[in-house]
Amino acid sequence: MTRDFTCIVCPNGCDLTAEYEQDAKGIRVLRVTGNLCSKGDTYARQELTAPMRTIATSVLVEGGTAPLVSVRLDRTIPKERIFDVMAAIRRVSVKAPVVTGQVIIENVLGLESNVIATKDIAAK
Amino acid sequence: MRNADVVIVGGGPAGLAAAVRLYDLGITDIVILEREHQPGGILKQCIHDGFGLTRFKETLSGPEYAKRFVDEAQKRGIPCITDTTVIDVSADKVVTAAHADGMIVIQAKAVILTMGCRERTRGAISIPGTRPAGVMTAGVAQAYINLQNRMIGKEVVILGSGDIGMIMARRMTLEGAHVQAVFEVLPTPSGLPRNIEQCLNDYGIPLYLSHTVTDIRGEGRLTGITVAAVDERMQPIPGTEKDYDCDTLILSVGLIPENELTIGAGAELDPKTKGAFVDEFCQTTVPGIFAAGNVLHVHDLVDFVSMEAESLAEGAAEYIKNGSLPKAGIAIACGENVGHTIPQRISGEKSFHLSLRVRKVMKECTLTVSQGEHVLLTRKMKKALPAEMINLNIDAKKLKGTDDLEVKVV
Ligand SMILES: Cc1cc2nc3c(=O)[nH]c(=O)nc-3n(C[C@H](O)[C@H](O)[C@H](O)COP(=O)(O)OP(=O)(O)OC[C@H]3O[C@@H](n4cnc5c(N)ncnc54)[C@H](O)[C@@H]3O)c2cc1C
Ligand code: SF4
Repeated sequence: MTRDFTCIVCPNGCDLTAEYEQDAKGIRVLRVTGNLCSKGDTYARQELTAPMRTIATSVLVEGGTAPLVSVRLDRTIPKERIFDVMAAIRRVSVKAPVVTGQVIIENVLGLESNVIATKDIAAK
Repeated sequence: MRNADVVIVGGGPAGLAAAVRLYDLGITDIVILEREHQPGGILKQCIHDGFGLTRFKETLSGPEYAKRFVDEAQKRGIPCITDTTVIDVSADKVVTAAHADGMIVIQAKAVILTMGCRERTRGAISIPGTRPAGVMTAGVAQAYINLQNRMIGKEVVILGSGDIGMIMARRMTLEGAHVQAVFEVLPTPSGLPRNIEQCLNDYGIPLYLSHTVTDIRGEGRLTGITVAAVDERMQPIPGTEKDYDCDTLILSVGLIPENELTIGAGAELDPKTKGAFVDEFCQTTVPGIFAAGNVLHVHDLVDFVSMEAESLAEGAAEYIKNGSLPKAGIAIACGENVGHTIPQRISGEKSFHLSLRVRKVMKECTLTVSQGEHVLLTRKMKKALPAEMINLNIDAKKLKGTDDLEVKVV
């Protein structure tokens, strides 16, 4: 069997084709083509077996010069957990000052990814 | 009136990168003038990641990418005067700006234009119907949600498949809104394939090509729209209309370089890019006035904005040291399937970077740069998309004489 993907790892957006076999034991990827670099190979294999994504959103700031600080994950999480992680992020707020890179939630939902600030917000 | 070697108009990624490189080349008498309260440009509101892969080999969010350049400029003590709007740049390089404390007037040796671009609005594409609240551009929606913490609606439709619109489709879905669909009037998407994949497909948001909005309804607040399929001439096809109930319509119908100041300075604009005509030093048709970044041509990747601004800085530094730059007597013509190029003219004395976009989607094609019968460069490409800028380096040693160049993709 084959499946086509657009690689999302970099802006080249290569058109990937993965050949794979599927049976009761799961999916075995035989070959990936169309990738300009090895990251595309890894991406297609992961996409067929356990797709991973990252997200960016924002968190409420108390006592800051802006009402929000932008945040992102520092490692990818399973795609099907995106909305769980969004809910976890929505529950927290931080006190100003906030600095870029500051960990806002450590190991969110035990997924081995941290939620980190991507902006500096000074205290009011 | 005060004096400065260089005045930079706009403290976005292009202006900041130019400032840092100029400083490192020994031109330290620089002033950046920025309209907003903080430098960083549009990236301050682009909180998604995907920036910096080319330049820093890691994926950063917009604010993080901007901060790297803001920090570098600060480290060098380059003054950035914020809350200051430049209102005029003259051909003899007098820059006039409005600031709360009064006017700032600076006589510069060189002026660098890095004002970025603005979004095309509903007026620019003329959609019929009422004028209710709830219709806005993608960048405005992005500023509301990402900077001001204001959610803008629950039932959303997006017109235009630009990258910003797709990124906002994902952003609003994550924030709990229902994004019903994206409609694009062209037969091909205008944004990058990776954004179709990770912003639309991941969240089950359908993209309809060759469709447009034909009516907008609602008094006070938007209540619904009508969408129809279009023919090859982009005219709505009768009988294909479909109504959608929604409280928000986001427009992602393109960006236009912000060039009032450029025109005011007397620089000629290229109707193809809607930015200035430039040579390989990013110098406009007015000597000593330079332009780079989105004000010159709309970029899809900020990494190339930084690179372009840095090469501009090298030209501007040479201009300040020598009082002039080599004359750009060789034109670059857009051959088959090439929509535009930057630069449009070159001197032929220096190796240079060539950026271009193709006009239509092509598979298994070859790009050729030639000078009459002489071929300087060919590049085989698996695919070429209008959404992706193509970047090439051209070696000056390959040039033969001063005949004009032609770029084509077939
Ligand atoms: C929503 C969105 C999403 C994007 N996504 C990506 C992405 O995923 N990856 C990527 O690599 N790139 C992305 N880009 C592109 C990237 O952000 C831009 O290419 C880059 O910001 C352009 O830099 P610039 O300096 O030319 O313009 P800008 O960032 O627009 O900066 C221009 C600056 O000039 C100032 N200015 C304008 N006029 C005046 C005046 N008269 N006086 C004083 N100051 C003035 C403005 O206030 C602004 O600060 C995205 C862009 C947008 C809008
Ligand atoms: S395969 Fe490599 S080059 Fe192609 S899009 Fe993926 S990461 Fe980029």
